Amino acid sequence: MTFDLFFQYLFAGVTYGIIYAIVAIGFNIIYNTTGIINFAQGEFVMLGGMIAVSLLEWMPLPLAIAGAVLITMVIGAFIEMVFIRWLDNPSILRMVIITIGISILIREAALHVWGESIRSLPYFYGNEITSIQVGSVRFSPQVLWVIGVCGIVVVSLSLFFKVTALGREMRACSANRTAAILCGINTRNMVTFSFMLSAGIGALAGCVMSPITYTQYDIGTGLAIKGFTVAILGGLGNSMAAVAAGLILGVIEAFSISVVPLAFKDAISIGILLMILFVRPYGIFGSNEAASLKEF
Amino acid sequence: MLRNGAHLFILLVLVIGIQLLTRLTGTQFYLTQLTMAAYYSLVVIGLSVLMGYAGQISIGHAGFFAIGGYIAASLTTHNLLAFQDNAVIKMLSGLGLLSSGQDLYGGRLLVVTPWAACMTAIFVAAVIALVLGVPVLKLKGHYLAMATLGFGTIIYRLVLASDYFGEADGISEVPGFTLFPSFAGLGPLMVSGDFSHRVENYYIAWALLIVGLALLLNLTDSRAGRALRAIHGSEEAAEAMGIDTSRFKLNVFVLSAVYAALAGVFLTHYNGGIGPSEAGIMKSVRYLALVAVGGMANLWGTLIMGVILTFLSLRGIFGSYDDAVFGAILILVMLFAPDGVLSLKLKIMGTK
Repeated sequence: MTFDLFFQYLFAGVTYGIIYAIVAIGFNIIYNTTGIINFAQGEFVMLGGMIAVSLLEWMPLPLAIAGAVLITMVIGAFIEMVFIRWLDNPSILRMVIITIGISILIREAALHVWGESIRSLPYFYGNEITSIQVGSVRFSPQVLWVIGVCGIVVVSLSLFFKVTALGREMRACSANRTAAILCGINTRNMVTFSFMLSAGIGALAGCVMSPITYTQYDIGTGLAIKGFTVAILGGLGNSMAAVAAGLILGVIEAFSISVVPLAFKDAISIGILLMILFVRPYGIFGSNEAASLKEF
Repeated sequence: MLRNGAHLFILLVLVIGIQLLTRLTGTQFYLTQLTMAAYYSLVVIGLSVLMGYAGQISIGHAGFFAIGGYIAASLTTHNLLAFQDNAVIKMLSGLGLLSSGQDLYGGRLLVVTPWAACMTAIFVAAVIALVLGVPVLKLKGHYLAMATLGFGTIIYRLVLASDYFGEADGISEVPGFTLFPSFAGLGPLMVSGDFSHRVENYYIAWALLIVGLALLLNLTDSRAGRALRAIHGSEEAAEAMGIDTSRFKLNVFVLSAVYAALAGVFLTHYNGGIGPSEAGIMKSVRYLALVAVGGMANLWGTLIMGVILTFLSLRGIFGSYDDAVFGAILILVMLFAPDGVLSLKLKIMGTK
C-alpha cells in the first residue's frame, strides 16, 4: 500500500467513523436518561437527510438543514409522548420491541412518502469533484464539514450537560431517577427532552453525511447497528469515548475494504460488535465494576 | 397432558376440515398459502419457547431459517459433475448421498440428495446456534437483541455477497424433496410446489407443524419447561434454585434454531427456491411480532396468530403496507397487551 493510498483510506475511515460517533452519541443521550436503547435511532438519521432534501426545494441549504433538524426533533418528542411517556416501568424486552416497531413504522412511512429512490444533499462547499490537496493527498471539503460539525456537537453537548440547569437535571435523572424526582425534577419531561435532543443530533448527522453516503429510506438499520457498535465500544453513555471508538471502527472498516470484498464491509463491523459484546461488553474505555451496577 | 392431546386432536380435525371445505367450495388455491403459513409458524413456535418461556430475545431467527433454506437449496442444485473424480465426492456417491439426473437442457446433473442436504442444513444450523449461543446468551436485554440482530445481518450480507448462494437472485429450480419413495401403489410423498402435489403438501406441512407443536408442548409442560419459566422470572433466583441456567438457555436456543432451519429447508423445497429477503431483518422482526401477538409464553396463541396473520399477509391483504402492519402490531401489542391478544380468551377457556 502506497503512502497516498494509506491516507485516502484513513480519511475515508475518519469520515465514516465520525458519522458513526454522532449516531452513537444519539444512543447515549437517550440511554443516559432512560436506560433504554432506542432502536429507532438510525431512522432519525434517515429522516434528517430526507427532510432536508425535500425542504431544499423551497429554501437555501442552511435553512433546509435547520428545518430538518427541528422537524425531526418534533417527531422525536412526538414519538416519546405517544409511545413511551405513559408506560410505568416497562421491562427492557418490552422497550426493545416497541422501539423496533417504531423504527419499522418510520421506515415504512418514509418509503411511502419518498419512495425507494436514493437522494442526497448537495455538497456544502463546491461539488463532488472539489478537493482539498495537502501534499499529495486529496480529500473532499465535506470531510472537514463532517469533522467540524461533530466537534461542535461534542463540545456543545458536554458544555450543555455541565453548565446549563437543564443539562444538570438530565444528568441527575440518569444518575438516580428517584432522587431526581425528590429534587423536584420532572423526569418525564427530561425523557421527552432527551428524545428531542437525540433526534436532533441524529438528523444533523443525517444532513452532513448525505452528500457523501446518500440517503435512502432503509439506511437506518445499518447505521443503528454501526452506531450501537461504537456506543458499546466506547462504553454505553460515554460520549467522548464514543468519538474515539467511532474513529477506531471507521478506520478498521475503511482498511478492511483493501483486504476483503466491499460487500463484506458490514459483516466485518458487525463481527467486531459481536466480539466486543463477548469480550468487553462494558466497552474498551469502560470499567467492569461500573457496568455491573447497571441493568442491561 | 390430556388437555394438550385433546387440543391437538381439535387442531387435526380443523386441518382436515379446512382441506375438505376448500375441496367442496373449489377454493383449493388457499391451500398453497396455508402450507406456507404452516412452515412459517414452525419458526414462530420455536421462537416462542425461546422468547416466551426462556425470556431470551432473538432478532436473528430469519438467519437460521435462511441457513436451512440456503444449504438445502445450494446442495441440491449445484452440479458436482465437474468434481466427480474427487475422492470425497466419490465417497459421498458410494454412500448413496448423491443423485444424478438431468437439467432442463438435458445435461447430466450430479447433486446431493434432498435428505442428505436436509440433514446437513439442520446439523449446520444447530452447530452455528451452539457456537453463537455460548457467548451470546450471556448477554441480556439490549445487548442480546443487538447481538442477534447483528448475527441476522451478517447472514443476510453473506448470502447477498456470495456467488455460491446466488447473490441478489437467490437460488431457484430447487428440486422436490421426496420424503418417501413410491410404495404399494401410492405415489411418492414429495415436498414440492407442483400443482399435483398441493393437497399432500398441505398435509405434510401441517403434520410437521403439529408434531413440532406436540414436542414443544411436551417440553414446556415438563421439568425443563418449569426451569425455563423460572429463568424468565429471574435468572438469579433460578440459578439459586439449582437450575443450570446457561445450559437450559443454550438448549432452547439450539432447539429454536433447528425449528427455523427445518422450516427453511421444507419451505425452500416447496417454493422451489429461496431469495435473500428470507434472511432479511424484516423477516426476523415479523417472527418477533408473531410471537408477541400470540402472547409470548403461549404456544397455542402463537400458533393461531402466526397462521392467521401469515396467511393474510401471503394472500396480500395488507398490500404495500405489509411490513408496516407487522410493525404496528408489534407496537400495539407491546403497549396495550403484553400478554398477547388471545390471553384473555384463552384464560376463560382455561388453557393458560
